[in-house]
Amino acid sequence: MTPYWSSLFGGMLLGVSAVLLMLLNGRVAGISGMVGRLVQGQNLAANAAFVLGLVSGPMLYWAWFGQPPVVTISASWPVILISGFLVGFGTRMGSGCTSGHGIIGLARFSKRSLAATLTFLTFGIAAATIWGAVS
Amino acid sequence: MNQEAALRLLVALAAGAIFGFGLSLSGMVDPARVVGFLDIASGQWDPSLMFVLGGAVLVAVPGMLLQRRLARPVFDMAFHLPGNGPVDRQLIAGSAVFGVGWGLSGFCPGPAISALSLGLPEVFLFVAAMLVGMLIHDRGLIVHRRQTA
Repeated sequence: MTPYWSSLFGGMLLGVSAVLLMLLNGRVAGISGMVGRLVQGQNLAANAAFVLGLVSGPMLYWAWFGQPPVVTISASWPVILISGFLVGFGTRMGSGCTSGHGIIGLARFSKRSLAATLTFLTFGIAAATIWGAVS
Repeated sequence: MNQEAALRLLVALAAGAIFGFGLSLSGMVDPARVVGFLDIASGQWDPSLMFVLGGAVLVAVPGMLLQRRLARPVFDMAFHLPGNGPVDRQLIAGSAVFGVGWGLSGFCPGPAISALSLGLPEVFLFVAAMLVGMLIHDRGLIVHRRQTA
Protein backbone atom coordinates (compact mmCIF):
# COMPACT_ATOMS: atom_id res chain seq x y z
CA MET A 1 0.00 0.00 0.00
CA THR A 2 1.36 3.44 -0.84
CA PRO A 3 1.67 5.91 2.06
CA TYR A 4 -1.29 7.87 0.68
CA TRP A 5 -3.71 4.95 0.80
CA SER A 6 -2.53 3.74 4.20
CA SER A 7 -2.76 7.30 5.55
CA LEU A 8 -6.28 7.67 4.14
CA PHE A 9 -7.48 4.28 5.48
CA GLY A 10 -5.76 4.83 8.82
CA GLY A 11 -7.36 8.26 9.06
CA MET A 12 -10.78 6.80 8.24
CA LEU A 13 -10.32 4.31 11.10
CA LEU A 14 -9.71 7.26 13.44
CA GLY A 15 -13.05 8.63 12.24
CA VAL A 16 -14.77 5.26 12.74
CA SER A 17 -13.42 5.07 16.30
CA ALA A 18 -14.53 8.63 17.11
CA VAL A 19 -18.04 8.04 15.69
CA LEU A 20 -18.46 4.74 17.57
CA LEU A 21 -17.43 6.36 20.84
CA MET A 22 -19.85 9.25 20.25
CA LEU A 23 -22.92 7.34 19.03
CA LEU A 24 -22.61 4.44 21.50
CA ASN A 25 -21.08 6.07 24.60
CA GLY A 26 -21.80 9.75 23.94
CA ARG A 27 -18.15 10.65 24.50
CA VAL A 28 -15.71 12.79 22.50
CA ALA A 29 -12.64 10.82 21.33
CA GLY A 30 -10.21 13.46 22.55
CA ILE A 31 -7.00 11.85 23.73
CA SER A 32 -5.61 14.75 25.79
CA GLY A 33 -8.99 15.17 27.50
CA MET A 34 -9.34 11.47 28.28
CA VAL A 35 -5.77 11.19 29.56
CA GLY A 36 -6.15 14.36 31.60
CA ARG A 37 -9.37 13.07 33.18
CA LEU A 38 -7.77 9.67 33.73
CA VAL A 39 -4.93 11.32 35.67
CA GLN A 40 -7.54 13.17 37.75
CA GLY A 41 -9.53 9.99 38.33
CA GLN A 42 -12.68 11.11 36.46
CA ASN A 43 -14.72 8.54 34.52
CA LEU A 44 -11.80 6.27 35.41
CA ALA A 45 -12.89 2.89 34.05
CA ALA A 46 -14.00 4.01 30.58
CA ASN A 47 -10.99 6.29 30.05
CA ALA A 48 -8.65 3.52 31.21
CA ALA A 49 -10.34 1.07 28.82
CA PHE A 50 -9.89 3.46 25.87
CA VAL A 51 -6.23 4.07 26.73
CA LEU A 52 -5.67 0.31 27.06
CA GLY A 53 -7.14 -0.16 23.59
CA LEU A 54 -5.05 2.72 22.23
CA VAL A 55 -1.85 1.14 23.57
CA SER A 56 -2.79 -2.21 22.03
CA GLY A 57 -3.09 -0.58 18.57
CA PRO A 58 0.56 -1.02 17.50
CA MET A 59 0.43 -4.64 18.73
CA LEU A 60 -2.66 -5.30 16.58
CA TYR A 61 -0.84 -3.71 13.65
CA TRP A 62 2.15 -5.98 14.34
CA ALA A 63 -0.08 -9.07 14.46
CA TRP A 64 -1.86 -8.06 11.24
CA PHE A 65 1.14 -7.04 9.12
CA GLY A 66 3.83 -9.22 10.70
CA GLN A 67 6.00 -6.23 11.59
CA PRO A 68 5.74 -3.38 14.10
CA PRO A 69 4.82 0.11 12.86
CA VAL A 70 7.84 2.30 12.09
CA VAL A 71 8.55 4.78 14.89
CA THR A 72 11.60 6.94 14.22
CA ILE A 73 12.52 9.53 16.85
CA SER A 74 15.29 11.94 15.93
CA ALA A 75 14.77 14.51 18.71
CA SER A 76 17.33 14.58 21.54
CA TRP A 77 16.23 13.83 25.11
CA PRO A 78 16.16 17.49 26.23
CA VAL A 79 14.02 18.39 23.20
CA ILE A 80 11.71 15.45 23.92
CA LEU A 81 11.30 16.63 27.53
CA ILE A 82 10.50 20.22 26.51
CA SER A 83 8.23 19.06 23.71
CA GLY A 84 6.31 16.67 25.98
CA PHE A 85 5.80 19.37 28.59
CA LEU A 86 4.54 21.88 26.00
CA VAL A 87 2.18 19.28 24.49
CA GLY A 88 0.76 18.36 27.91
CA PHE A 89 0.37 21.95 29.13
CA GLY A 90 -0.86 23.31 25.79
CA THR A 91 -3.48 20.63 25.13
CA ARG A 92 -5.01 21.13 28.58
CA MET A 93 -4.94 24.91 28.26
CA GLY A 94 -6.42 24.75 24.76
CA SER A 95 -9.01 22.11 25.78
CA GLY A 96 -7.93 19.56 23.18
CA CYS A 97 -5.43 18.21 20.70
CA THR A 98 -5.26 16.75 17.22
CA SER A 99 -8.06 14.26 17.99
CA GLY A 100 -10.65 16.21 19.98
CA HIS A 101 -10.38 19.48 18.02
CA GLY A 102 -8.99 18.05 14.75
CA ILE A 103 -11.47 15.21 14.24
CA ILE A 104 -14.66 15.52 16.31
CA GLY A 105 -14.51 19.30 16.66
CA LEU A 106 -14.07 19.90 12.93
CA ALA A 107 -16.73 17.28 12.13
CA ARG A 108 -19.18 19.19 14.41
CA PHE A 109 -18.26 22.42 12.56
CA SER A 110 -17.16 23.90 15.90
CA LYS A 111 -15.77 27.42 15.60
CA ARG A 112 -13.49 26.85 18.60
CA SER A 113 -12.08 23.63 17.19
CA LEU A 114 -11.46 25.18 13.78
CA ALA A 115 -9.57 28.04 15.46
CA ALA A 116 -7.60 25.59 17.62
CA THR A 117 -6.74 23.32 14.68
CA LEU A 118 -5.56 26.20 12.49
CA THR A 119 -3.49 27.50 15.42
CA PHE A 120 -1.71 24.27 16.30
CA LEU A 121 -1.10 23.46 12.63
CA THR A 122 0.38 26.92 12.06
CA PHE A 123 2.60 26.77 15.14
CA GLY A 124 3.50 23.13 14.47
CA ILE A 125 4.62 23.98 10.93
CA ALA A 126 6.53 27.04 12.20
CA ALA A 127 8.28 25.10 15.00
CA ALA A 128 9.20 22.10 12.82
CA THR A 129 10.39 24.27 9.94
CA ILE A 130 12.45 26.66 12.07
CA TRP A 131 13.84 23.85 14.23
CA GLY A 132 14.62 21.82 11.10
CA ALA A 133 16.56 24.76 9.67
CA VAL A 134 18.63 25.59 12.78
CA SER A 135 19.31 22.11 14.19
CA MET B 1 -21.75 -2.96 37.44
CA ASN B 2 -24.91 -2.88 35.35
CA GLN B 3 -25.01 -4.16 31.81
CA GLU B 4 -24.96 -0.71 30.18
CA ALA B 5 -21.81 0.30 32.08
CA ALA B 6 -20.12 -2.95 31.06
CA LEU B 7 -21.02 -2.32 27.41
CA ARG B 8 -19.61 1.21 27.68
CA LEU B 9 -16.28 -0.24 28.82
CA LEU B 10 -16.27 -2.69 25.93
CA VAL B 11 -17.03 0.12 23.45
CA ALA B 12 -14.26 2.29 24.94
CA LEU B 13 -11.76 -0.58 24.67
CA ALA B 14 -12.74 -1.36 21.06
CA ALA B 15 -12.76 2.33 20.04
CA GLY B 16 -9.32 2.74 21.62
CA ALA B 17 -7.98 -0.29 19.75
CA ILE B 18 -9.39 0.93 16.41
CA PHE B 19 -7.92 4.38 17.08
CA GLY B 20 -4.51 2.90 17.96
CA PHE B 21 -4.50 0.63 14.91
CA GLY B 22 -5.51 3.59 12.73
CA LEU B 23 -2.64 5.70 14.11
CA SER B 24 -0.18 2.90 13.27
CA LEU B 25 -1.62 2.27 9.79
CA SER B 26 -1.78 5.97 8.91
CA GLY B 27 1.82 6.74 9.86
CA MET B 28 0.78 9.28 12.52
CA VAL B 29 2.51 7.11 15.12
CA ASP B 30 5.88 7.85 13.48
CA PRO B 31 7.30 11.23 14.65
CA ALA B 32 9.68 11.31 11.67
CA ARG B 33 6.67 11.23 9.31
CA VAL B 34 4.91 13.95 11.32
CA VAL B 35 8.00 16.20 11.28
CA GLY B 36 8.39 15.44 7.56
CA PHE B 37 4.85 16.77 7.11
CA LEU B 38 5.22 19.83 9.36
CA ASP B 39 8.70 20.85 8.13
CA ILE B 40 7.80 22.51 4.84
CA ALA B 41 11.33 23.74 4.06
CA SER B 42 13.21 20.46 4.34
CA GLY B 43 13.18 19.94 0.55
CA GLN B 44 11.45 16.56 0.98
CA TRP B 45 8.04 17.60 2.28
CA ASP B 46 5.74 14.60 2.86
CA PRO B 47 2.09 15.64 2.33
CA SER B 48 0.64 12.15 2.99
CA LEU B 49 -0.45 12.94 6.55
CA MET B 50 -3.00 15.43 5.20
CA PHE B 51 -4.95 12.34 4.16
CA VAL B 52 -5.09 11.20 7.80
CA LEU B 53 -7.03 14.25 8.92
CA GLY B 54 -9.00 14.23 5.66
CA GLY B 55 -10.00 10.56 6.04
CA ALA B 56 -10.91 11.01 9.70
CA VAL B 57 -13.12 14.06 9.09
CA LEU B 58 -14.68 12.42 6.01
CA VAL B 59 -16.01 9.62 8.24
CA ALA B 60 -16.72 11.77 11.30
CA VAL B 61 -18.90 14.38 9.53
CA PRO B 62 -21.78 12.00 8.64
CA GLY B 63 -21.39 10.39 12.08
CA MET B 64 -21.81 13.73 13.82
CA LEU B 65 -24.72 14.70 11.55
CA LEU B 66 -26.40 11.49 12.68
CA GLN B 67 -25.56 12.32 16.31
CA ARG B 68 -27.53 15.58 16.03
CA ARG B 69 -30.68 13.63 15.18
CA LEU B 70 -30.37 11.28 18.16
CA ALA B 71 -31.78 12.07 21.58
CA ARG B 72 -29.15 10.04 23.43
CA PRO B 73 -26.27 7.64 22.76
CA VAL B 74 -26.99 3.90 22.75
CA PHE B 75 -25.34 3.10 26.09
CA ASP B 76 -25.69 6.32 28.08
CA MET B 77 -28.41 8.76 29.15
CA ALA B 78 -26.99 11.80 27.32
CA PHE B 79 -24.25 12.99 24.99
CA HIS B 80 -21.27 14.51 26.81
CA LEU B 81 -20.40 17.40 24.52
CA PRO B 82 -18.36 20.52 25.25
CA GLY B 83 -20.26 23.81 25.16
CA ASN B 84 -19.99 26.05 22.11
CA GLY B 85 -18.24 28.97 23.78
CA PRO B 86 -16.38 31.85 22.13
CA VAL B 87 -12.87 31.59 20.68
CA ASP B 88 -10.87 32.99 23.59
CA ARG B 89 -7.26 33.76 24.37
CA GLN B 90 -6.81 30.59 26.42
CA LEU B 91 -7.87 28.38 23.50
CA ILE B 92 -5.51 30.09 21.06
CA ALA B 93 -2.55 30.35 23.48
CA GLY B 94 -2.92 26.71 24.55
CA SER B 95 -3.18 25.51 20.96
CA ALA B 96 -0.09 27.57 20.03
CA VAL B 97 1.91 26.05 22.92
CA PHE B 98 0.75 22.58 21.90
CA GLY B 99 1.68 23.26 18.26
CA VAL B 100 5.24 24.27 19.17
CA GLY B 101 5.68 21.10 21.24
CA TRP B 102 4.20 18.97 18.46
CA GLY B 103 6.47 20.51 15.82
CA LEU B 104 9.65 20.04 17.91
CA SER B 105 9.33 16.25 18.34
CA GLY B 106 6.54 15.14 15.99
CA PHE B 107 4.54 13.64 18.87
CA CYS B 108 0.99 14.52 19.87
CA PRO B 109 -0.87 12.80 22.75
CA GLY B 110 -2.58 9.92 20.87
CA PRO B 111 0.43 8.57 18.97
CA ALA B 112 2.72 9.00 22.00
CA ILE B 113 0.44 7.02 24.34
CA SER B 114 -0.22 4.43 21.64
CA ALA B 115 3.51 3.93 20.97
CA LEU B 116 4.18 3.15 24.65
CA SER B 117 3.63 -0.53 23.84
CA LEU B 118 6.68 -0.53 21.53
CA GLY B 119 8.93 0.01 24.57
CA LEU B 120 11.08 2.88 23.27
CA PRO B 121 12.61 4.94 26.12
CA GLU B 122 12.07 8.23 24.25
CA VAL B 123 8.32 7.57 24.18
CA PHE B 124 8.19 6.99 27.94
CA LEU B 125 10.16 10.19 28.47
CA PHE B 126 7.75 12.15 26.25
CA VAL B 127 4.63 10.78 27.94
CA ALA B 128 6.08 11.44 31.43
CA ALA B 129 6.86 15.07 30.47
CA MET B 130 3.40 15.41 28.91
CA LEU B 131 1.66 14.19 32.08
CA VAL B 132 3.73 16.64 34.15
CA GLY B 133 2.66 19.45 31.79
CA MET B 134 -1.00 18.43 32.14
CA LEU B 135 -0.82 18.22 35.93
CA ILE B 136 0.97 21.56 36.27
CA HIS B 137 -1.64 23.22 34.08
CA ASP B 138 -4.59 21.69 35.92
CA ARG B 139 -3.12 22.46 39.35
CA GLY B 140 -2.31 26.02 38.31
CA LEU B 141 -5.93 26.51 37.33
CA ILE B 142 -7.19 25.17 40.67
CA VAL B 143 -4.93 27.63 42.54
CA HIS B 144 -6.09 30.42 40.24
CA ARG B 145 -9.75 29.57 40.86
CA ARG B 146 -9.19 29.57 44.60
CA GLN B 147 -7.59 32.99 44.40
CA THR B 148 -10.38 34.47 42.33
CA ALA B 149 -13.19 32.79 44.25
